[in-house]
Amino acid sequence: MSAVEIRNLWKEYGDQVVLERINLSVPSGEFCALIGPSGCGKTTFLRMMLGMEQPTRGTVTLDGAPLPKEPGPDRGVVFQRYSVFPHLTVLENVLLGLEFERSPLLGKLFGARRRASVPEANAVIEEVGLRDSVDKYPGELSGGMQQRLAIAQTLVRRPKVLLLDEPFGALDAGTKVQMYELVRRLWRENGMTVFMVTHDVKEGFALATRVLAFDKVRRDPQAPGAYGANITYDLPLNAKAERRDLMERLRVKSEAG
Amino acid sequence: MRRLINLKPDRGASFLLGALPFVLLLLVYLVASGARLAENPNDKLLPAFSSFAAAIQRMAFEPDARSGQYLLWADTAASLTRLGLGLGIATLAGLVFGILIGVLPYVRAVFAPLVAVLSLIPPMAILPILFITFGLDELSKVMLIVIGVAPFLIRDLSARVLEMPGELVIKAQTLGASTWQIIVRVVLPQMLPRLIDSVRLSLGPAWLFLISAEAIAATNGLGYRIFLVRRYLAMDVILPYVAWITLLAFLIDFLLRLLNARCFPWLARNAR
Repeated sequence: MSAVEIRNLWKEYGDQVVLERINLSVPSGEFCALIGPSGCGKTTFLRMMLGMEQPTRGTVTLDGAPLPKEPGPDRGVVFQRYSVFPHLTVLENVLLGLEFERSPLLGKLFGARRRASVPEANAVIEEVGLRDSVDKYPGELSGGMQQRLAIAQTLVRRPKVLLLDEPFGALDAGTKVQMYELVRRLWRENGMTVFMVTHDVKEGFALATRVLAFDKVRRDPQAPGAYGANITYDLPLNAKAERRDLMERLRVKSEAG
Repeated sequence: MRRLINLKPDRGASFLLGALPFVLLLLVYLVASGARLAENPNDKLLPAFSSFAAAIQRMAFEPDARSGQYLLWADTAASLTRLGLGLGIATLAGLVFGILIGVLPYVRAVFAPLVAVLSLIPPMAILPILFITFGLDELSKVMLIVIGVAPFLIRDLSARVLEMPGELVIKAQTLGASTWQIIVRVVLPQMLPRLIDSVRLSLGPAWLFLISAEAIAATNGLGYRIFLVRRYLAMDVILPYVAWITLLAFLIDFLLRLLNARCFPWLARNAR
C-alpha cells in the first residue's frame, strides 16, 4: 500500500509563497502527472515529497504515517540528469541499492553474498532492457539508456512511491515513446504510486491516470510573490482502463476491509 | 589558406617541434660554454659536458672521501623520504578533511574558515617556528611540506565534493544509504582520482618547500648539496643535480598519472 494524503500544504521562501492550500488524496497505485508553467512549484512539490525540502505548513502522510524529513528507500527518484553513478558499471549501479541494504558497514558485498544478490540486480536490468550493457559505464550509454538505468536502480529497492522529475526532458522523440512504454509497464507490474513532473502536457496525459495542473489562482501585480500556486485542475482520466482497474481494486479492498 | 587554429601538426611533427626548443637551448649552452672556456680554461660558470660527466662520476659512482657514502644516492634517498612523508601526510589530511568538510555541513561550519585562513599563511614565513618547535631534524622539514601543501589539498577536495551534482547524494539516500555508506561508496571513489590530480599540481610547491628547508638546515639531501657546493661555484655539480631533481619530479608526476589511469578506468571510459 502506498496512499498519499496531503492536508493544507504551504511552501514559502521568506515573503515568497510558492505553494498554498494544497489538498490532495492519492490512492495507492495512482499515476499522477504534475503539469504547469515553469516556476509554478511542481518541482518544489516533488522535492517536498522526496524530503529534500520541508513544507512551511500542512502535513504529508504516506500510508497514514508522516513523511520522513529526509529522502529514504520508500520513495525512489529519477531526475532528468545525474541520476546514476558515473564510477560504477550498470550492474554495480543497480547492485548498489541492495548493497546499501545488506552491508551496513562497507556498503559493498563480497564473495558468496554478492553472488547471491547479482541475479536480483540482473533481473531488474533485464526488465529495463539493458542486459547487453551490464559491464558498461554510464558515460558509455545513450541518454535513454542512462534513464533506463536510473529507473532500474530505483526499482531494485521496490519503493512505495516513484518520483520522476522530468525524466524524459533530455531525450529525443523516438526514445521518449519507448520510455513511455517501459515506464507504464513497470508501473503496472510493480503497482507503486507515481508522481511525474513534466512540462509536456501530452506526455502527462499519455502516461498518467490522473493529471494535476499547478498554477496560480490569484495574482497581485504589485507583489508577484504574495500568492502561491495551487492545483487548479485535478483530472482523473477515468476513460483509461488502468484507472478503472485501479478504482475497482480500491472498491473491492474497501468493501473487504 | 585555412585559419591558424585549424592547422594541426601530425604526431611526428609534434615530436620534432617539441624537441626543437630543447635542442636550441643545448646549442646555445654549448656555444656559450665553448666561448667562455676558450677565453679562460678555468671558468666555472658554464662548465663543459666533460666536467659534468666527471662530476656525476664523482658524486654518483665513487664513495665520498669523508663519509664513505655515494653522495647523489644518499642525497636522493634523504630528499625523497622527506618529500614522500610530507606529501603522504598532506594527502591523507586532504582526503579525510576534504571529504568531511565537503560532505558534512557541521564539520564545514567548524573547519572551513580555519583551513581558509591557514592556507593563506606563507609556509616559508613560519619555517623558523617549525625549526624552533620541531627542532632541526627531519620532522621540521616534513612539517613544512605538510603545512605548505595540506591546506590547498583540503580546500581543493572539499570544493570538488561540493561540486558533485546534489542529485547523486539524494539518489543514494533514496537507495537507503547511510552517511557513512554515501561517503565510502559514492563520494570517496569519485574523489580519489581528483585528489591524485591535486597532488600532482602540488608537487611543484612540495619540492620548493623541501629544497628551501634543506638549504637552510640539513646535513644531507639534494637541496642541501646544491647550496653547499654553491660556495665553490661548482656549477658542474649544481646543474646535474637540478636536472636530476627535474627528472625525479617528472617521474613522480608520470607515476601518479599512470595510477589514475590504471585504478579508475571509468574516467577514461566515461570521457569517450
